[in-house]
Amino acid sequence: MAYRWKNNLKESDVTSESAFLNRRQIMAGVAGSIAAGALGTSARAMGPWNADDVGEPNEWEDITSYNNYYEFGTGKGDPAKYAHMLTTKPWSVTIDGLVDKPGDYAFEDIMSKMSIEERIYRFRCVERWAMIVPWNGFELADLLELAGVQSGAKYVAFETALRPEEMPGVSQPVIDWPYVEGLRLDEAMHPLSFIATGIYGKDIPNQNGAPLRLVVPWKYGYKSIKSIVRITVTETEPPTAWNNYSAREYGFYSNVNPNRSHPRWSQEYEQLLGQGLFAEKIPTRLFNGYEEEVASLYEGMDLLEFH
Amino acid sequence: MSVAAVINTPVRHIPAGLIYMCSLAYAGWLLWLGIENRLGANPVEALEHALGEAALYLLVAGLVVTPLRRFAGLNLLKFRRAIGLSCFFFVVLHLLTWAVLDVQALDRVWADILKRPYITVGMAGFLLMVPLALTSNNRSLRWLGADWRKLHRLTYAAAVLGGMHYVMLVKGWQLRPLVFLAIILVLLLLRVRRRARPAKV
Repeated sequence: MAYRWKNNLKESDVTSESAFLNRRQIMAGVAGSIAAGALGTSARAMGPWNADDVGEPNEWEDITSYNNYYEFGTGKGDPAKYAHMLTTKPWSVTIDGLVDKPGDYAFEDIMSKMSIEERIYRFRCVERWAMIVPWNGFELADLLELAGVQSGAKYVAFETALRPEEMPGVSQPVIDWPYVEGLRLDEAMHPLSFIATGIYGKDIPNQNGAPLRLVVPWKYGYKSIKSIVRITVTETEPPTAWNNYSAREYGFYSNVNPNRSHPRWSQEYEQLLGQGLFAEKIPTRLFNGYEEEVASLYEGMDLLEFH
Repeated sequence: MSVAAVINTPVRHIPAGLIYMCSLAYAGWLLWLGIENRLGANPVEALEHALGEAALYLLVAGLVVTPLRRFAGLNLLKFRRAIGLSCFFFVVLHLLTWAVLDVQALDRVWADILKRPYITVGMAGFLLMVPLALTSNNRSLRWLGADWRKLHRLTYAAAVLGGMHYVMLVKGWQLRPLVFLAIILVLLLLRVRRRARPAKV
């Protein structure tokens, strides 16, 4: 169904004029050569800046019981079973690298400075399932702005907590721990890049990446790193967990792309969760349906080579 | 009385048909859970995986019969046909779930078989099992005579392919599929009889 996106109203409701202007200045400032300022304005003015047919969100039960969070086990139900072991209070995020104000940022302090809004995003896993999630949180750009991104910065690296005593899954070397991810700075500053702290207006459950996780809706789900403890702004492309495991299967960009198969399976179709046993597969869309919003980030790039 | 004898005596009274009944009941229960939408957020995947796992467990169970007899004196031979046919039954259901409920189109099924190695391997395992299932009856046993045993050595290849199929489909270095494959390989190695080496002069 078209135009179910309700966020535009809420967006303008909760984002103050000053925050809005502030962000535009910052984005124009840091991104320099790329037309980030223009992007910021167009994104705001453009109308539904999500996939236009985002659809009804999945049920809370589905969103919080079917998760990939290998630190708690590789089964889809493992995170819901074991993630309660994770201590999320107190929590702080170390922001370092090429920033004006490096340091440990307490979760509460971050929250007190952010305007929380709702974003209903499509979420597409590399395993070919998808869900629609009503996240609550703030733009990643706002958090980076808090620390002040310095000139020369080109990438943003993220790291998940690694606590063997609270995470039964990390006793097995499924991938190299800690889980790390990264974005190009212009991707990170894009208004769709989001830090989620809630779902359906409630605190985000541990199995979904409490207390704060990244959401990049045009990329495969594994880019949306959970339970972030460190954000490092860098000049060079940071290593990413799944790319370290198999670069052939998982590229740095990992943009959703039906034309680029995972070497072991096709990415042309996806299964929207919560549709029962006889649900029809739906075709996967380039950039998970957010092509209009993000395609300009990759102009002139071969999306098959830089997958 | 040895442990084996303690077990062998009552086991003699358990009909092999019980294995067919349990297999049917389990498959029916899974399907019912699926139709009732009680298999979680991704019921097709849950059903597919549960059926595939059932087949793997039965595969291991079938391979363990001979070593148990040779090394422990346990006689479970009368269950082996039921185990093998039940395994095939779950493989067929697994395949149907994948083709009909998951992939949903014949051209994509075909493309996957050709292009995706873990599917090619799984499909090869299934194809090897077809003649085994077709000849798992007394008439074929009599008709084929000594060839029956030769033909049914295909089980070993099918088992390795089944174990590989699981290893090849998971993400990351996961222990479970590797353990399954290792158990299958060990059970096959136990069958290798040492030939007496000619004495060196």
